[in-house]
Amino acid sequence: MRSLRLPADRPLALVALLLTAFGLSMVYSAGQTDVPTFVEGLWRIQLAWVVLGVMAGYVITRLSSRLLEAVSVPAYVAACAVLLLLIFIGKGAGTAASTKSWLAVGGVRLGQPSELAKIAVVLMLAHVLGAARRAPATLFELIPSATVVGIPWLLIMAQPDLGTGIVFIGIYYAMLFWAGVSWWLLLLAASPGISLILAFSTGLWGAWFLVLLAVLALVRPARWEGVVVVAGNLMLGVLAPLLWNRLDPYQQRRLLVFLDPSSDPRASGYHLIQSQVAIGSGGLFGKGFTLGSQKRLAFLPEQQTDFIFPVVAEEFGFLGVSIALALFAALLLRTIRVAVRSSTPFASLVAFGITSAWFTHLMVNVGMTVGLMPITGIPLPFFSYGGSFMLASWLSVGILLLISSEGRGRADQL
Amino acid sequence: MSFQPNEVQRRAQLASGLVVLALSVLLAAFFRAQVIEYARFRLAAEDNRLREVPLPAARGMILDRKGAVIAENVPSYTVSYLARTERAVREMMQRIGALSPVTPEQVGGAIRRYRHDASRPVVLFTDAPFRLVAALEERRLEFPELIIQSAPKRWYPDSSVVSALVGYTGEISDRELDDSTFAGYKAGQQIGKDGLEKQYEDRLRGREGVRFVEVDARGRMVRDRARGDVAPASPEALRTNLDLDLQRFIAGIFGDSLIGGVVAMVPQTGEVLALHSAPTFDPNRFTGGIPRSYWNALQSDPRRPLYNKAIKGTYPPGSIWKLATAITAMEAGLVDIDDRMATPCRGGFQYGNRYFRCWDPKGHGNVTLAGAIQHSCDTYFYQLGLKIGLQRLIAGGLKLGARQRSGIDLPSENRPLYPTDPAREYYDRRFGPRAWSNAVTLNLSIGQGEHSQTVANMARFYTALATDGTAAQPMIVGASEARAPLFALTPKQMQGIQEALAAVVGAGTAAGSRLEGITVAGKTGTAQNAADIRRDHAWFVGYAPAEAPTIVVAVMLEFGLHGSRAARIATRIMEHYLKREVVALPETEG
Repeated sequence: MRSLRLPADRPLALVALLLTAFGLSMVYSAGQTDVPTFVEGLWRIQLAWVVLGVMAGYVITRLSSRLLEAVSVPAYVAACAVLLLLIFIGKGAGTAASTKSWLAVGGVRLGQPSELAKIAVVLMLAHVLGAARRAPATLFELIPSATVVGIPWLLIMAQPDLGTGIVFIGIYYAMLFWAGVSWWLLLLAASPGISLILAFSTGLWGAWFLVLLAVLALVRPARWEGVVVVAGNLMLGVLAPLLWNRLDPYQQRRLLVFLDPSSDPRASGYHLIQSQVAIGSGGLFGKGFTLGSQKRLAFLPEQQTDFIFPVVAEEFGFLGVSIALALFAALLLRTIRVAVRSSTPFASLVAFGITSAWFTHLMVNVGMTVGLMPITGIPLPFFSYGGSFMLASWLSVGILLLISSEGRGRADQL
Repeated sequence: MSFQPNEVQRRAQLASGLVVLALSVLLAAFFRAQVIEYARFRLAAEDNRLREVPLPAARGMILDRKGAVIAENVPSYTVSYLARTERAVREMMQRIGALSPVTPEQVGGAIRRYRHDASRPVVLFTDAPFRLVAALEERRLEFPELIIQSAPKRWYPDSSVVSALVGYTGEISDRELDDSTFAGYKAGQQIGKDGLEKQYEDRLRGREGVRFVEVDARGRMVRDRARGDVAPASPEALRTNLDLDLQRFIAGIFGDSLIGGVVAMVPQTGEVLALHSAPTFDPNRFTGGIPRSYWNALQSDPRRPLYNKAIKGTYPPGSIWKLATAITAMEAGLVDIDDRMATPCRGGFQYGNRYFRCWDPKGHGNVTLAGAIQHSCDTYFYQLGLKIGLQRLIAGGLKLGARQRSGIDLPSENRPLYPTDPAREYYDRRFGPRAWSNAVTLNLSIGQGEHSQTVANMARFYTALATDGTAAQPMIVGASEARAPLFALTPKQMQGIQEALAAVVGAGTAAGSRLEGITVAGKTGTAQNAADIRRDHAWFVGYAPAEAPTIVVAVMLEFGLHGSRAARIATRIMEHYLKREVVALPETEG
């Protein structure tokens, strides 16, 4: 069977392996603190997950994308079912102790199903969008795909897991874009959300509303679409303060702290300040592997998961950050190439969906550590400690390699 | 979906461009933090990591003129805590309280220090009892946040003997910390609070060292001495003019029963040999926080042990001031040493409708000025005062330093009480116009009335009598070159006065205090005081040997009844000082 295929995208596999090795060593380093904690031994567990993930990824490459498309519906249904189950039996862990993102059996936490659900949603979206003869052109035509994302999204927001929710939205918009949805439809679909954010300043919101009306006048969508968009914007703009009040105080603080870290230096701002201190004090070349003082002395919070990238920055400096970001750039550009070369719309959309998931994770996680994004607890692919996520990442690599091997032209061409 | 290769290519370019752009923004943010703002963040990381633990410095020693130790330092322990919150301080004190009793004052002190400077390790216990230190050291693992270190503690080997001199040390107060004169001091540090400790704080204060410890985010010490220590430095010992042996002798004489003050000094240089105030207190008990019970006992003692009777207490000088009256009259050319007054002494003097008594109801007869000094004849000095006149009398007294501090190098010396010039205005202000009479002249001329003096200032006055009319400034450390010219008499007058003073001890009011082989000159004083009309204060100020004085001694006994009692003490002090000097072992060869 293998002989029938073109070779897989070996450079992509290499980049993924390099990132994984880099990430694993950072999980090891994250455990090297002056006062030892449970983090010390986590790298071994992570290594086991890497092995498992790589093996699972390899198994995927042995399959075919037709099979992937065939399992997309059952996988999606199963994913939604598990997410629904979590609402009732989910467990919290670590910093997200109050959420219900963990699946546990008999007190043993098995994993975070939402990580695998991402892949299922990507497959399902690709299935739905790829099956259509043309890209959705109206809000009405967006409804099927929006439903596909909306159901798991609502279940995840109910956990509540704001970070993963953001990733779902990122994936959805990226895949709509890849499917060829026009920019103005994307804008109109997104407009209520923008209203929600801008509603905190009446002036900004007013200005946004004028822009929105101008866009509507320019592109002249169906009348009912215009009504829905304006109504949606008005509603969310008005509801925003109410929604704000419904956020947990810690979520409100996180958002405020993003605007001004020093507003709460001891509590919520503490993470951000210490993260920036760790990054900044790394300098050009860093303090050396395992030697970061911010990490060693536990000033850096969650150094093995959400804040693992500051460990890179502290111990390897700007040089290390550049290498890590270059590897990520290579990974992302390479997956875009896989999407371009895919032989079917489904495969192409799957590849691009995976790219967009990684991209969202990367931007939100790394952006958060350096203060460009608000603090939302989402992990960094290949780096953050976490079994389900590592498994999901390597399943994704496997899918990409599979798609690349079925694509047009030579897969491992640079 | 629209899947034309061209469109896909276009979207791929757009997406790739977005990826590159977004990662470039991230990279730029890291460049800013790691390269441009590196210095700031590195400092922040160091601030996070390192805590400066002060290494207390020993205060400089205080030595007497021969090098004997007056104040030194002994080891003690302080317990400090790298606290992050005030609540943490409270909880820590509670935890420690479970091991060893902790008083509310100790808790309050720790909180106070934390509030003043939260960045420094909070000193929980200064001079921690050994039992506590041992208990904490045993449980080192339970208390990794505590820093137990040895700290030098002030110690006065002679304790109460030197209390009037050294004052005491104590922890710097909140008010002092807010005071700009104490800039650079930190909460929990010990400073001089009184006496030499306060006066020479600048020279006695040690320079604190620093020990750097590395702490983790919870403030637990993970590495001691993470960087080289900055060693504490102690200043050179403070060499004083004091004679510790003499000081001990004086304290021994006073014991527990007498109340009063003594100043002994070298008339030529002003060097203070000894200074005593009785009753005393134990300055060692002030170190590291005075126990409340001891403080209350000192405060409620009617004899006021904390009130320095040599420099703060002011007392009517009585007859010892008659020398001032005599000098004023002689300088004005009104009398000479052999002149007599119009009215001989028959136990008193009638002035207007009032009869002013002489201390001796038998009377002194028709005495000369020299005789009046020798026998302290009030009647003579009433008339001499009237002859001088109130205005000139007061001006003369002021010229002799009646309203000046002696200038001794101790903090909070009180200024003597004496009328100001012009006299009329002073009395009008004090009693109201026409509410006083010229009779005040009579009182002033015998050292009573609106006049009270410190012991130190009277010692200073008598350095002028012992020498050539110039007074030396009493100094415990160093010596002031400049001498203050108080009066100028002819050599004959000077000699006459000095002979009269010698006669006081030889055959006059202090005849009972004669010394074998040493001629002592001086003057007794028995001063009425408002506090207790029946129990006069007793003074003696004098010098020895009369022919070539090497020591001036001023003694004041509160409620001492008669100057002769003070004289006995003063002459014993002189004897101890002079005889010891004489019998000092000759240096032998080999």
